[in-house]
Amino acid sequence: MSKNLKFDILRTTLAIGIALFIALVIILSVSKEPFAAISQLLFGPLGTVRHFGNVVEMTIPLVFTGLAVSVMFKASQFNLGAEGAFFFGAIGASIIAMKVALPIVIHPLAAILVGGLVGAIVTGIPAILKVKWGASELVSSLMLNYVAFFLGLYLINYFFRDVSAGAMVSLPFLDTANLMVLIPKTRIHFGIIIAAIMTVLTYYYLYKSKSGYEIIVTGENIKFAEYSGIKTGKVILMAQLIGGFIAGAGGATELLGMYTRFSWQALPGYGWDGIIVAILARNNPILVPIAAFFLAYLRIGADLMSRTTDVQNDVIAIIQGIMIVLIVAASFLEKYRHKLTFKEAKENLGQSSKEGK
Amino acid sequence: MNQLVDIIFSASFGYAVIRVTTPILFAALGSLIADKAGVINIALEGTMLVSALTGVAVSAFTHSAWIGLLLAMIAGGLVGLLLAFFSLNLKTDIVLSGIAINLMASGGTVFVLYLIAHDRGISSSLRSEVLPKIHLPLIDQIPVIGAIFSNHNVLTYASIIAVLVVYIFLYKTPLGLKVRAVGENPDAADSVGISVIKVQYFALITSGVLAGMGGAYMSMGYVSWFAKNMTAGRGFIALAAEAMGGASPVGTFLTSLLFGFADALSNNLQSLRVPAEFIQTIPYIATIVGLAIYASRKTAQINKIKQQEK
Repeated sequence: MSKNLKFDILRTTLAIGIALFIALVIILSVSKEPFAAISQLLFGPLGTVRHFGNVVEMTIPLVFTGLAVSVMFKASQFNLGAEGAFFFGAIGASIIAMKVALPIVIHPLAAILVGGLVGAIVTGIPAILKVKWGASELVSSLMLNYVAFFLGLYLINYFFRDVSAGAMVSLPFLDTANLMVLIPKTRIHFGIIIAAIMTVLTYYYLYKSKSGYEIIVTGENIKFAEYSGIKTGKVILMAQLIGGFIAGAGGATELLGMYTRFSWQALPGYGWDGIIVAILARNNPILVPIAAFFLAYLRIGADLMSRTTDVQNDVIAIIQGIMIVLIVAASFLEKYRHKLTFKEAKENLGQSSKEGK
Repeated sequence: MNQLVDIIFSASFGYAVIRVTTPILFAALGSLIADKAGVINIALEGTMLVSALTGVAVSAFTHSAWIGLLLAMIAGGLVGLLLAFFSLNLKTDIVLSGIAINLMASGGTVFVLYLIAHDRGISSSLRSEVLPKIHLPLIDQIPVIGAIFSNHNVLTYASIIAVLVVYIFLYKTPLGLKVRAVGENPDAADSVGISVIKVQYFALITSGVLAGMGGAYMSMGYVSWFAKNMTAGRGFIALAAEAMGGASPVGTFLTSLLFGFADALSNNLQSLRVPAEFIQTIPYIATIVGLAIYASRKTAQINKIKQQEK
């Protein structure tokens, strides 16, 4: 194992540790039953099969958005449209699931594909504005999240609403569209396999294909990429289209696996979570599922804590913020890294001088 | 269509535009000062939330809207300080620092709201105060003009004065010159003995104070309560307004008004038979279109200059 990787793991673990510690201090100071709260937060999800199932269920959408953000961040594009892409992908997929009659297997796949394409539009627009005119993808993608949200609600409420249902929900999906549940007593659905396939595909795309390599080079140094003859505009667009596709497919998968109608009345927030996942995984697709699982575990733990004790689950937000800051912080443990590098260099020097003799 | 024209040309619509512009303008001015010092403040959205809650909580406990405002501004400055510490000392990418602060603010405000108001959505159980409205003497006698410009919240007038103050600060004071020097070329500024980090700290804290005033206006003027995520993207719209305003105080003021116009339009059109969801997209679409037009004009200018050089 290289010293750098070791250092990254150490730093991430320490950052998580500090964040958890601060959360525990907060819980201790506000709660009348701090020990019950802390034990629910840390061990609650292990309590029953159903609760552990909840963790895995939540991991699935987080893997998708984590991968989506990783690809876009790899190209150094701060496109925050994964949220809108996820939501709009779910809208696209539910229209296919409600209105288009298709045989089993093909039906959910078609819906997920459409969801992905719709998601790619959401992240593609800021990308085009960036490549063509240099408009900041950060701001326009933030705005597009809201547009995607209201436009999606408009579509559902005015064209696909189930008037006979009491709440604002869409018509039910056709039975052929649902993703089947894999593990009894939980709601863990076929989406977990799709998420796994997506992880492997994204990994191979980024690290083993020419196009993925271009994304990495462009992200690391756009001038160098240009001088080496890479069409950076195309690469930037590509990375964001792929990111949006993955996020949209994620929204579709989540909806077909967990719901029988479209019923979201707010943005689900998985796109923002994807940023946390990508940062925890250091934009490496193979690490995304681990990071997603970790975040889902924390979330379910916090939900259980707020259900059974007097501490609200929003305390998680503070943990997340501190984790992001410390993991990305370049100067956090920098002195230690220097020491490591120095030691490694010295060892190498010693070896080569020995070989020289 | 006639109805639409009637709405836009009514005095109450003019009043509404100014009313909804205020929070965007404060945050956009905050964005401007940070931008001038070469740092992006993405945390405006979260800063506004923190200050909005601080204002409500403090005014409820002290029964003074002014102390509420003061502490809201201090809270805004502290969030700016936190962003500066994350990005300048810990060297976390400033965009990701801002995202982290926004995440912490949106969850953290709900957490604190529950602690003090025992509700996860709204602060209505707290008896918080509201900042006063001001009648402009003489002007409120003039028909139409008076109805549009008089009787606004004190912070609305403060926001317009702030445009002037920011302008004078940036272009007529030594410290303003330092801020601009650091933003233009930090290495050059450093070489003449300006402490880049200090200036950027100052800019981010000031930026936070301004956003904090916008937040205080949201919960102690625009409405009289704090609600979960009540800023609804205004901090982000402010970023766009500042970018579109060409990073100048007056330009920022005009583009903020433009977004205020779109916002007021979406509020008013809800009385017409147009789907509400459609109308709510107006401010955001206006932002995207405006941003694209601004960026494309800038690119065209750069290309022109390049051609002239040849």
